[in-house]
Amino acid sequence: MASTDTAAPVQTPPGAAPVEPSPVRQPHPAIALLKDAAMWAAVTFILTFPIVGFKTVARGGRYVFDNNVDVVLGLTAFVFLGRILLNLTIWRKPKTATARAASGTVLDTGWAAKARRLLVPVMLVVAVTYPFLAVWASGGLVTGRYWVDLGVLVMTYVLLGWGLNIVVGLAGLLDLGYVAFYAVGAYTFALLTMNFGLSFWMCLPIAGIIAALFGVVLGFPVLRLRGDYLAIVTLAFGEIIRLVLINWREFTGGASGINQIPRPSFFGLEFIPSGPTSFAEFFGIAFSPVHRLIFFYYVILALALVVLVVTIRLRRLPIGRAWEALREDEIACRSLGISVVNTKLTAFALGAMFGGFAGTVFAARQGYISPTDFTFIQSAFIVAIVVLGGLGSNLGIVLSSLVLIGGIEMLRNLGFVKAIFGSGFDPVQYRMLIFGIVMVIIMVWKPRGLISSRAPTVFLKEKKRVGADMISEGHG
Amino acid sequence: MARQETILRVEHLSMKFGGLVAVDDLSFEAKKGDITAIIGPNGAGKTTVFNCITGFYKPTEGRIALVHGDDSILTRIDNVTATGKQWVRTRQGALFLLERLQDFKVSELARVARTFQNIRLFGGMTLLENLLIAQHNKLMRASGYTFGGLLGLGGYGKAERAAIDKARYWLDKTGLLDRADDAAASLPYGAQRRLEIARAMCSDPVLLCLDEPAAGLNAREGEELNELLLSIRKEHDVSILLIEHDMGVVMQISDRIVVLDYGRKIADGSPAAVRSDPKVIAAYLGVEEEETDEVAKELSA
Repeated sequence: MASTDTAAPVQTPPGAAPVEPSPVRQPHPAIALLKDAAMWAAVTFILTFPIVGFKTVARGGRYVFDNNVDVVLGLTAFVFLGRILLNLTIWRKPKTATARAASGTVLDTGWAAKARRLLVPVMLVVAVTYPFLAVWASGGLVTGRYWVDLGVLVMTYVLLGWGLNIVVGLAGLLDLGYVAFYAVGAYTFALLTMNFGLSFWMCLPIAGIIAALFGVVLGFPVLRLRGDYLAIVTLAFGEIIRLVLINWREFTGGASGINQIPRPSFFGLEFIPSGPTSFAEFFGIAFSPVHRLIFFYYVILALALVVLVVTIRLRRLPIGRAWEALREDEIACRSLGISVVNTKLTAFALGAMFGGFAGTVFAARQGYISPTDFTFIQSAFIVAIVVLGGLGSNLGIVLSSLVLIGGIEMLRNLGFVKAIFGSGFDPVQYRMLIFGIVMVIIMVWKPRGLISSRAPTVFLKEKKRVGADMISEGHG
Repeated sequence: MARQETILRVEHLSMKFGGLVAVDDLSFEAKKGDITAIIGPNGAGKTTVFNCITGFYKPTEGRIALVHGDDSILTRIDNVTATGKQWVRTRQGALFLLERLQDFKVSELARVARTFQNIRLFGGMTLLENLLIAQHNKLMRASGYTFGGLLGLGGYGKAERAAIDKARYWLDKTGLLDRADDAAASLPYGAQRRLEIARAMCSDPVLLCLDEPAAGLNAREGEELNELLLSIRKEHDVSILLIEHDMGVVMQISDRIVVLDYGRKIADGSPAAVRSDPKVIAAYLGVEEEETDEVAKELSA
C-alpha cells in the first residue's frame, strides 16, 4: 500500500492539481477552545440540573426538596475544565480520513504492543501477590479484609467474563441469560453438599458439567435464532431458571434460598479458631476469618488461570477457529463442512461450564445463596464487562472488570471529590450515575471495547493484529 | 479419448418457493475432469441450482447424485434411492445423494466445495486462518476432537503444520502469499475472489462449484482466473462447475455449457454448439419465441 502523508491537512483528489483552499476565517484557537468547552458545560448544566439539582431532606418529620445547585455547578465546572484539558491533550491529533483508515490495520509494534507485553506479566504478579499486598498496604488482616473481599469479587467477574467471552466474544452468540449458569453452578454445589455431603472439590467438576448440560439445553432451541431474537430467548431462559429457583420450594428452598452451606477446607484443614483440623493451629498462626477469604481468592485465581489457559489453547485449536469463523460468517462455515450445531453447542456448553465454576465458588464463599443473587442485572453486568473489554479479548475483560466492578466499589472511597463538588456531594449516591457515564464514555471513545483488535491464532511471517473495523460482531 | 466418467448427475430437479418455480425439471450431467458452465440470463435459477447441489436448499423434487471414483456405481442409483440411504461406498467408489445430505455433510462427506456470488470470507481473520478453517474436519480428527489437542497429545502439531503447508501452497498459487498474515477483509476485491477459491480448494474437493468467480474482475484478473481454473483442473484432479456471466471466461475454458432460462434447460453442449443455438441467442437478446427462427437465419446468413 502506498504510504500517504497523514499529516496533510487537505485531501486532494488523485490526479488533480493541488488547489489552494479558499480562505475561511478561522477564529482564534483559544476562543474556539473556550467556546467548545462552554457549549459542553451548558449541555451538562441543562442535563444535570433536573437530575442532580434537587435533593430530599428530612425536615420536621417530613421530606422536603432542597436545592443542590452547588453540585450541579461543580459538575459543570468539571466538564468545562475537562473538555479544555482533553482538547489540549488527547484530541489534538487531526482526524483525517487517512488517519482513521490507517488505524484499521494494526501492526503489533510500537508502544502499544510493548505495553501489552509488559502489562500481562505485571498483572499476573499483582494478581498472585494481591492478598498479601492488600493486607500489607492496608496495615493488617482486619483492615485488609475489605480489599481481599473486593479482589474475590473482581476475580469472580473476570471468571464469568471469560466464560461468557467464549459465547459472545468468540462465537458471536449474544447471551443475555448467562447468570442462569452461574445460578446452576451455585445451586448444584449447595444442594450436593447439603444433601449428600460432597466436598467442594468433588462438587466443582460436577457443578461445571451440570452447568454445561444446561448450556446444551439452552443451546438446542436457539440454534436457528440470531441476533436480537437469540438475545431475547436467552434472557427468558435466565428468568425461567430464576423463577424455578423461587417456586420449587421443596428442592431449592424457594425465595429464602439455602443457607449454612459448609465451607471448603484447605487440604482437610478448616478455617476454624481451634481444634486438631484448624488451619490457624496447624500453621501456628493467630486465627483470623480473613484466612478463609485469602484461600478463596487463590481458589478463584487458580480456576481463572485454568480457564484462561484452556481458552487460549482452544482458540488455537480447530474448535476455537470454528467459533470465530461462526461469528464471521455462518453460511461460509456450512459450506466448508463445519457443523454449526456442534460448534454452537460446544460454545454454549463451555461458556456455561465456566459460569458454573464461578457459581460454585460464589456459593462456597457466601455460605448462603438465594434467587436474588441471580437476577437479570447480573447478566447485564457480565455482558457489559465483555462488551466494554472488547469482544474476544481476555485482557480487555480483566481491564473492564477492574473498571466496572473495582471502580464502582472505589467510588465509596472518594471522599476527596467533596472538595471539588462541594460538601453536599456524596459520591456513593451517584455510583450508578457515574457507572452509566463511564460506560457511555468508554463506548464513545472506543466503540468496540477497550481492546478491540484481534490477535491472529496462527501466522506465517509476522503477527499482525486485526483492526476492529474488519471484525464482525456476529449476528447471533 | 476414452469415455468420460460422470461425476455429477442431476435428474428432474425442481425447486419451488411458494408459487414461484425457480428451477423446473432440470436434468444434466457433469463429467469428471471437465469444466461445466451453467449460464443464463438474470433470474434463470442458476444460483438456486447451486444451492440445491451444495445442500443449502432441499429441492422440491429431483435427485442429485455425486460419484467418487468409478462411475459404474451409478447403476445402483435406483437401488440406493429406494433404500432411503444418503450414500453408499463400495470398493470402486462412492455414491452420494446430495439432496438427502445436510449442507455441511455435502462438503465433509461428498467433498463438494463452493464459493459465493457475494464473497463470503471470514473477514476479521487472516488469510492463513481462513484456509485452516477450510481444513476443519481433518484438523478436528487430528486434535482428537479437541481433547487431545487441549492436552497436547496426539499428532495435532504435525497435522497443523501439514495444514499450514497446504495453505501456503494455495496462497502461493493464488498469488496471495505476501498477504498471508493480513485480515481477509483488507484484501482488494479480486484478491478476495481468489482467496475464496483457495479456501474452497483447501477442503480437498472432488467437485468445485464456483458462483460467478469473474464478477467484478478486470480483464487481466479475468485472464489470471482462467489460468488458475485450468491449472486446478489439470493438476488437482478436480471437476469444476461454474456459474458465469462473463462470456469471455465461459467460452474460453468450459468443456460443456448448460443454459438455463426461467428455470428450464434450453441448451446443453459444447461452447461452439451453445453459442450458435438460436434458443440461447433468443434468451440472451430477449426476442419473442416466434422471432427465434428469424434471428437464427440472420445469424447464419
